Amino acid sequence: MTTNQQTKPEKTDAVPGAPLLEVDDLHVEFRTRDGVAKAINGVSYSVSAGETLAVLGESGSGKSVTAQTIMGILDMPPGVITGGEIRFHGRDMLKMDKDERRKIRGKKIAMIFQDALSALNPVYSVGFQLAEMYRVHEGMSRKDAKARAIELMDLVKIPAAKERVNDYPHQFSGGMRQRIMIAMAMALDPELIIADEPTTALDVTVQAQVMDLLAELQRERHMGLILITHDLGVVADVADKIAVMYAGRIVEHAPVDKLYSSPAHPYTEGLLASIPRLDLKGQDLYAIKGLPPNLMRIPSGCAFNPRCPYAQDICRADVPPLIEVAPARHSACHFAQQVLDKNGGS
Amino acid sequence: MGRYVVRRLLQMIPVFLGTTFLIYFMVYQLGGDPISAMFGDKAADPVFVRQMREEYHLNDPLIVQYWYYLTGLLTGDFGTSFSGIPVADELKRAFPISIRLALIAFAIEIVVGVGAGLLAGLRRGKFADSVVLVTTLIVISIPVFVLGYVVQYWLGLKWQLFPATATPGDPTWEDLILPGIVLGSLSLAFVARLTRTSIAENMRADFVRTATAKGLPRRRVVTVHLLRNSLIPVVTFLGADLGALMAGAIVTEGIFNVDGVGRLIYLAVTKHENATVVGAVAALVIVYLVMNLIVDLLYAVLDPRIRYA
Ligand SMILES: Nc1ncnc2c1ncn2[C@@H]1O[C@H](COP(=O)(O)OP(=O)(O)O)[C@@H](O)[C@H]1O
Ligand code: SF4
Ligand SMILES: [Mg+2]
Repeated sequence: MTTNQQTKPEKTDAVPGAPLLEVDDLHVEFRTRDGVAKAINGVSYSVSAGETLAVLGESGSGKSVTAQTIMGILDMPPGVITGGEIRFHGRDMLKMDKDERRKIRGKKIAMIFQDALSALNPVYSVGFQLAEMYRVHEGMSRKDAKARAIELMDLVKIPAAKERVNDYPHQFSGGMRQRIMIAMAMALDPELIIADEPTTALDVTVQAQVMDLLAELQRERHMGLILITHDLGVVADVADKIAVMYAGRIVEHAPVDKLYSSPAHPYTEGLLASIPRLDLKGQDLYAIKGLPPNLMRIPSGCAFNPRCPYAQDICRADVPPLIEVAPARHSACHFAQQVLDKNGGS
Repeated sequence: MGRYVVRRLLQMIPVFLGTTFLIYFMVYQLGGDPISAMFGDKAADPVFVRQMREEYHLNDPLIVQYWYYLTGLLTGDFGTSFSGIPVADELKRAFPISIRLALIAFAIEIVVGVGAGLLAGLRRGKFADSVVLVTTLIVISIPVFVLGYVVQYWLGLKWQLFPATATPGDPTWEDLILPGIVLGSLSLAFVARLTRTSIAENMRADFVRTATAKGLPRRRVVTVHLLRNSLIPVVTFLGADLGALMAGAIVTEGIFNVDGVGRLIYLAVTKHENATVVGAVAALVIVYLVMNLIVDLLYAVLDPRIRYA
């Protein structure tokens, strides 16, 4: 088998240690009959090889839209990219032609979706859908591609892969189906994986197994990983750094341990306070009051101000920029320093 | 699967008995007296009438007559028309013609209908979509006989693209093109709209997005992933329609002079040839039932989530 035959010319002209992927001041809006929803309002983040970036935020904060824009699978229309760059090995993918872009998809950057049941095609066997990667991208024969599909299923630890290769997605359990999705993403040994809430649709009991598998493969293959989640608990062990999103913006960006011990943004603080904790068993859980904003009418100033316990007049007037408040720590809050100090982070 | 087929075949028996009895009842009970109809305006010869009534069991109760008929059917005997021609011979002559006509209509339906639907679905809201929507709406709202005469006049007589009427008795494939277009047009419009809706719906489906994210070329995303899934409801419609095409050709066959089952039934009804009417309808019922079974089995092949046991 020719597992390591793939060459990666991009790797040679990449600056060592330079990020694999940089999202730079991205803006995306949805123009619908009801109005314009500003889904992404200046998101920047980056991932290097071997690094895991967790993207955290409530539902609707723009995590998936950012991922779809990176993959080039955004629904356009109604989606419109109104600004920014997405650089892969330093080259802006938004300026590439369709064909060049397509050759990156699946091969260099692969995506794992939340709900494997709807993300896999119901009318084809999993073997067909896995083998398709090799047949289309590498022109492999049906037989060879099938053999590779079985190897992939073994890789993600699906029992009796040989017997199950011709089964259909609905014949697998939720956890096994998500493993198939992971296998599909791994097929061409990509440099970057974007996992959009890969365990959200699963039973709690299998969530950890699937997450461990993903983390293990990422480590072994030294891939970059963007791990999207709305569950802080999931990412604590696997992520290197976390970007917290709110209303289409990054409000805090920090190494994972720092963010946990001393949040520098009121929103992060609220999220942390709402995780169930063993030492506070029996107490009522904290919940951030109010709801995320309507993206067609984002509040002026800081989008979080109607829900923020720290809010002052300036918060309703000026948008707080994302600034460095401590080494490697960024926060977009007029009172970031106070919040950080209060949490003992400086 | 095997057991399912057997069960379905067994279920056909009561359906077949029920429908044929109903036809039999309607034709013999509600139709006029066939023997006197043979004489037209002339007075009937009583001896001849008595003889005919004996021979055709017309004096027995209806249910007994039906029983005779049914036992005949089981041995392949569809009875004999009053004019002395075995009904089986008439069917053997007419069915191949109607099947050929139905296949032409069917092919046009699939190629043009699915093609137009795919185009409209992929470009929803664009010009091509509007054209398909308006055209199909027109086709759906025009009565078949109007469409039939329009097509016959323009394509057949004026521009002479294809024969305007069929060769009596044994129409050629070419003869059947215009009637095929007319016969298939209504279903074609439905197929186009069904395909369009299905495509537009699936275009936003997660698995189509996955296919794109896998880096597959757009053509492959559309044909292998989008179209295949979108055709499942269309195939169901097409299958049920193939039976209907054979039965529904009465008007079209009349306009284009095609000697198929439709015309056979029409002529038999006007001449009170009861055995012919019942025989032809019984045969159509069988075609319909078998087509339905095939569609259901095809459905399971197309969508592996469906399992018959
Ligand atoms: N195809 C679309 N059409 C219109 N609005 C969309 C579309 N996709 C996403 N949005 C809007 O963009 C916002 C961000 O969505 P998303 O990125 O999916 O949030 P999440 O952080 O939960 O992944 C949501 O308000 C959503 O309504
Ligand atoms: S800027 Fe003001 S409203 Fe926004 S998070 Fe900071 S304190 Fe709260
Ligand atoms: Mg999401």
